[in-house]
Amino acid sequence: MTEYQTIDHDVLVIGAGGAGLRAAIEAAKDGTRVGVVCKSLLGKAHTVMAEGGMAAALANVDDRDTWRVHFADTMRGGQYLNNWRMAELHAREAPARVRELEAWGALFDRTADGRILQRNFGGHRYPRLAHVGDRTGLEMIRTLQDHGIHQGLDVHMECTVVSLLKDGDRIAGALAYDRERGRFRVFRAKAVIIATGGVGRAYGITSNSWEYTGDGQALAYLAGAALTDMEFVQFHPTGMIWPPSVRGILVTEGVRGEGGVLRNGAGKRFMFENIPENYRSQTADNEEEGWRYTQGDKDARRPPELLTRDHVARMIVREVKEGRGSPHGGVYLDISWIKEKLPNAAEHIRKKLPSMYHQFMQLAGIDITKEAMEIGPTTHYIMGGIRVDADSQMSTVPGLFACGECAAGLHGANRLGGNSLSDLLVFGQRAGQFAAEFARANTAPSVDQGVIEQETRTALEPFSRGSTAEGAYQVQEALQSTMQNLVGIVRVESEMERALMELESLRQRAQRVGVPGNREYNPGWHTALDLRHLLVVSEAIARSALARKESRGGHFRDDYPDKDPAFGTFNHIVTRGRGDDMQLTRQPIPPMPDELAAIITEMQS
Amino acid sequence: MTGHSKDASTQAVDAYTAAQAAQDAAVGHRTRSFRLWRGADGSGSLHDYVTETNEGMVVLDAVHQIQAEQANDLAVRWNCKAGKCGSCSAEINGQPKLMCMTRLDELPDDEPVTVEPMRAFPHVRDLVTDVSWNYRVKPKIQRFTPRPPDAPDGTWRIDQRDVDRVQEFRKCIECFLCQDVCHVLRDHHKHDEFIGPRYLVYAAALEMHPLDVADRVTPLKEEFGIGYCNITKCCTKVCPEHITITDNAIIPLKERVVDRHFDPLQALVRLVRGPQKSP
Repeated sequence: MTEYQTIDHDVLVIGAGGAGLRAAIEAAKDGTRVGVVCKSLLGKAHTVMAEGGMAAALANVDDRDTWRVHFADTMRGGQYLNNWRMAELHAREAPARVRELEAWGALFDRTADGRILQRNFGGHRYPRLAHVGDRTGLEMIRTLQDHGIHQGLDVHMECTVVSLLKDGDRIAGALAYDRERGRFRVFRAKAVIIATGGVGRAYGITSNSWEYTGDGQALAYLAGAALTDMEFVQFHPTGMIWPPSVRGILVTEGVRGEGGVLRNGAGKRFMFENIPENYRSQTADNEEEGWRYTQGDKDARRPPELLTRDHVARMIVREVKEGRGSPHGGVYLDISWIKEKLPNAAEHIRKKLPSMYHQFMQLAGIDITKEAMEIGPTTHYIMGGIRVDADSQMSTVPGLFACGECAAGLHGANRLGGNSLSDLLVFGQRAGQFAAEFARANTAPSVDQGVIEQETRTALEPFSRGSTAEGAYQVQEALQSTMQNLVGIVRVESEMERALMELESLRQRAQRVGVPGNREYNPGWHTALDLRHLLVVSEAIARSALARKESRGGHFRDDYPDKDPAFGTFNHIVTRGRGDDMQLTRQPIPPMPDELAAIITEMQS
Repeated sequence: MTGHSKDASTQAVDAYTAAQAAQDAAVGHRTRSFRLWRGADGSGSLHDYVTETNEGMVVLDAVHQIQAEQANDLAVRWNCKAGKCGSCSAEINGQPKLMCMTRLDELPDDEPVTVEPMRAFPHVRDLVTDVSWNYRVKPKIQRFTPRPPDAPDGTWRIDQRDVDRVQEFRKCIECFLCQDVCHVLRDHHKHDEFIGPRYLVYAAALEMHPLDVADRVTPLKEEFGIGYCNITKCCTKVCPEHITITDNAIIPLKERVVDRHFDPLQALVRLVRGPQKSP
């Protein structure tokens, strides 16, 4: 019998990034007992890395902006696979969530008349991103953290969830271990909110930290919840590529928002060459107009560098594949050229993009005010995830909620930059509210001792095999290169079929890995336990991508390079079958209400 | 714009040549020696490791490589690997630094690179320390308390200059290197009486926040031990975010404390009008 400690909460939040903290704050509002479990220390989650800003139609910079325009932009960016109700709620509620953050102490950059300043970003028709230089994510998570510590939350830092617990069909809590001592903890809760973020660690080149191993998606799937649209992974066009140790680290889209341009190895600004039809009327057709747009000229259209991320990433891949790349297999991102336009360009760049200046200076020895950066695509975000009800954020398992990156629906086939931070706030708030309501309406569940016993035994197995067996790092690395090479930016049937076979053999290897040492702060053990989750999300991505025989948003098929309207009518659903095999089905997208459909039509012109 | 394209093209060629030269210099990736602290709960010793290194590698890369290839259970705390989360603080060759932002090529290459945990906090295992004390200190500081909104829609009007004034403090990534190096904590263990440079910066950020109306001056003196700081500036020197901790945060707070508690005129005003926030 494995020892464990039992802790009771009304609502348990798994994850303490922007979404988890916002959800926890909301849930705790009326005296609900809320526990927060996070793998890292508080305030270290990946939200901290968000640079550009949060999108909200405040209309502080351009008074033509409204929630309706934001809604239409989000749907267009998502290629209409979005859950339209989520896109509507998000566009309507984001302004209130941003203002609320200010009331909790966040300090955004200002307009001349002292209101919250907003910047341009890819796919947003008007300047819409509230920001603080290029460290908006840090401002957001610190504000939520500093507000949250006064809300009576019970925070369990450096604690990892191994599996969710159920009472019949409904959720009953979670089994976890503390990383420091390796002791098991059972959290009993009437409602559970998953806010664990993304899956970037399933890929070799990623902007995500070690935490993003698809825990939430996999935990929910294993507990019987449906996942949706898992084929849609966002490869951010601009990650660092040199030196090798920094490969994948994000370079904010804000660089392009401030006037940065993309050039190939021959110095040519290639983004003008291939502007998609549905964006042509909104895109500048010459360099001068593009520059004026970045400087706030309301009559100018945006430069092609600010087209959606999926498109920009593919154009970069094309340049490299066709031999026009930079020395280390990327292209150039140049902000230093604005010295031709601005008298005090170097100072301006350092003020607008301080973290980027610092990051390149320190890690690559490049002064971005003088030289171009070498960049290439990096795995950044997953649009797909846990399927949730738009209003309440409840998954298909009663009492199990999800919000933020691990939930799906808002972004459809491609996410617009800046829509993530606002997503965290809008749906974090909703998940918190509805989870607390669910907890109030239901009695305490009971947990199954047998399941706990079984799960703890499985979790400890790697120790019995010790250091003579294969290590977890080797399996993780093999999985990352499988996904990177075979289910990456450009996909093809034969490669994805091979990926599924390789994932199957990796599953066998994962069951045989051994871990040296003991349970105290042992990263080898942690990595071994992460493998189960990585394997689930990788298989879900590969199966969904294989079945989508078209190209749309973040999903590009070399063998089906065009968009197929027939594939625009449904979402993919992934569920766990009876025999533990993964089931993939199609769920038709319900028709949009007339009011929303009218907005789409109106904004298309 | 043609002139510009030509510049960029020349620049690309230059970059290529420079990169090629750098690559040539790095041919045959060299091996380097590392001495990493291993052990649990305070007991332990330096263990020697040798691993391959290449251009641009940071200390954290080397530690990860050793972990993956030679010591699977080597405990190290990290997250973003880009200097933004403040998780991988350690003492590298005796200097408090972030492992992810310390390039190997900036360390002497004729001696092993030594990596030890932060010494001002209780040891957990290998390179990991228990920093939970920091998380207990923060809630003691009076939270952000805004003045009533300026506009009927519940929003405020703030001048960019007032935002700029406190941005320096808000850059803090909570790596706790300043706490690690502060002799009041490290050598004199005044954890119960002194909140340390990190939380003086936090208090300064709140005190100078353009909307905040709470008063933290008396607690700074009486509960948070600001008097213990004798402005040796060790914290400023190690801050990876280059926050001028002593000059811009601690000294102005000390001045407010002095004005409040040691200025006879102020004391008289306070007697008559009750405590008020310093301007």
